[in-house]
Amino acid sequence: MALDLNQTISFSPLHRLQWEEAQQKDVILYPEGMVELNQSSAAILKLCDGKSTPDQIVSTLEQQFSATGLQKDVHQFLEIALNNGWVQQP
Amino acid sequence: MAGSNNLNITPPRWLLAELTYKCPLQCPYCSNPLDYAKYPQELSTEDWKRVLSQARKMGAVQLGLSGGEPLTRQDLPEIVQHARELGYYSNLITSGYGLNEDKIIALKEAGLDHIQVSIQASTQELNDHLAGTESYLHKREVARLVKKHDYPMVLCVVIHRENIHQMQQILEMAEELGADYLEVANTQYYGWAHVNRDQLLPTREQFLEAEEIAQAYKEKVVGKMKIYYVIPDFYEDRPKACMNGWGTTFLTIAPDGVALPCHSARELPGLDCPNVNDHSIEEIWHDSKAFNFFRGDDWMQEPCRSCDEKEKDKGGCRCQAYIMTGDMHSTDPVCSKSPQHHLIDEAVQSARNSALSTEEKPLVFRNSKNSKLHF
Repeated sequence: MALDLNQTISFSPLHRLQWEEAQQKDVILYPEGMVELNQSSAAILKLCDGKSTPDQIVSTLEQQFSATGLQKDVHQFLEIALNNGWVQQP
Repeated sequence: MAGSNNLNITPPRWLLAELTYKCPLQCPYCSNPLDYAKYPQELSTEDWKRVLSQARKMGAVQLGLSGGEPLTRQDLPEIVQHARELGYYSNLITSGYGLNEDKIIALKEAGLDHIQVSIQASTQELNDHLAGTESYLHKREVARLVKKHDYPMVLCVVIHRENIHQMQQILEMAEELGADYLEVANTQYYGWAHVNRDQLLPTREQFLEAEEIAQAYKEKVVGKMKIYYVIPDFYEDRPKACMNGWGTTFLTIAPDGVALPCHSARELPGLDCPNVNDHSIEEIWHDSKAFNFFRGDDWMQEPCRSCDEKEKDKGGCRCQAYIMTGDMHSTDPVCSKSPQHHLIDEAVQSARNSALSTEEKPLVFRNSKNSKLHF
């Protein structure tokens, strides 16, 4: 599945994103499984609110972290997330 | 308890709560111990809540609510609600028996994350025969209701010689029912399945054909339905890394409160598995003899001890080593390097002879009457 830049993106209702105190990291939980996230992946997924498009997420992150040139990495990660079913597009 | 303040001990991540051994089904490959009827005591609601709280504090996050049939516990919604408040991701592992729309809604409101429904076969006749109970049509209805109420739906089908010829139909049934995940689990030969191995173990040809069908289907439904294919390790050269390493990740609590490093460990001799009525989860996990027994690799014999793959498969499964060789410290005989690998070849041959024979032994069904023959 390829990322559609014209569509909004939302976190999957069949998964749960949650901060784990014991592990000091965010994780994705799903039936009988768990993925541990690094800080940047977690930051991207938290912005998948069903209202923003991929590039709106990029600009929010660039503001949030006072950074530029994040587009390629964010697109790449969102595509992985899409293919794993963690996020979805209409 | 011995105090081993081992800093290398990782916290539990997975808690399997076997709420009860009671079950209306009689599947002849059940993973419960053969002598389960010897342990009729069950933890109280308060006990379970305490266990959940203690394990969560240590870092457990995935919770399996299993059995037996967990729906026979009337306090299931209360336990689920407590789990949700603690932040667990809770998985109900059920036969679907006794589940109706009201209960599905009540469990959703209590915070249940996911329902896994088992189906025994793709046809009513075979399903009901294997389950020992008329249940096929109800299971299909439950699967529909699980989807209707927005749970992720996982279908689990245990594969063996009686249903392996239905692989294609099983995959189609799962897709038709709208499963998000399908677990196609080849039988693991412990407990009841061990007793019935001659009647359940598929031949190599059957296994290869079914695997090919399942792998091809995986491609077809990519992005729609995830297929977890659990291999039957009798046809592999290397054993599975049991429980991701003993006492590293998984914690099972049996209905009577006995804590087990794996759900079959009750069959192993001399572990003195501790009970949650006597000790906290933290004490059990860190200090108990049972949980330290096969941690690390000091316990290994040759050929495991000097093997360059020991980090990968951890010497294989302790329960399989015990059940096949009589020595729980030995190399899992599935490994082709095991001096006792011939035991696997013999088991495969014995099952093959049984498959070709005209007078096959009947299956031994999992029920209290048959369980009482084992103690």
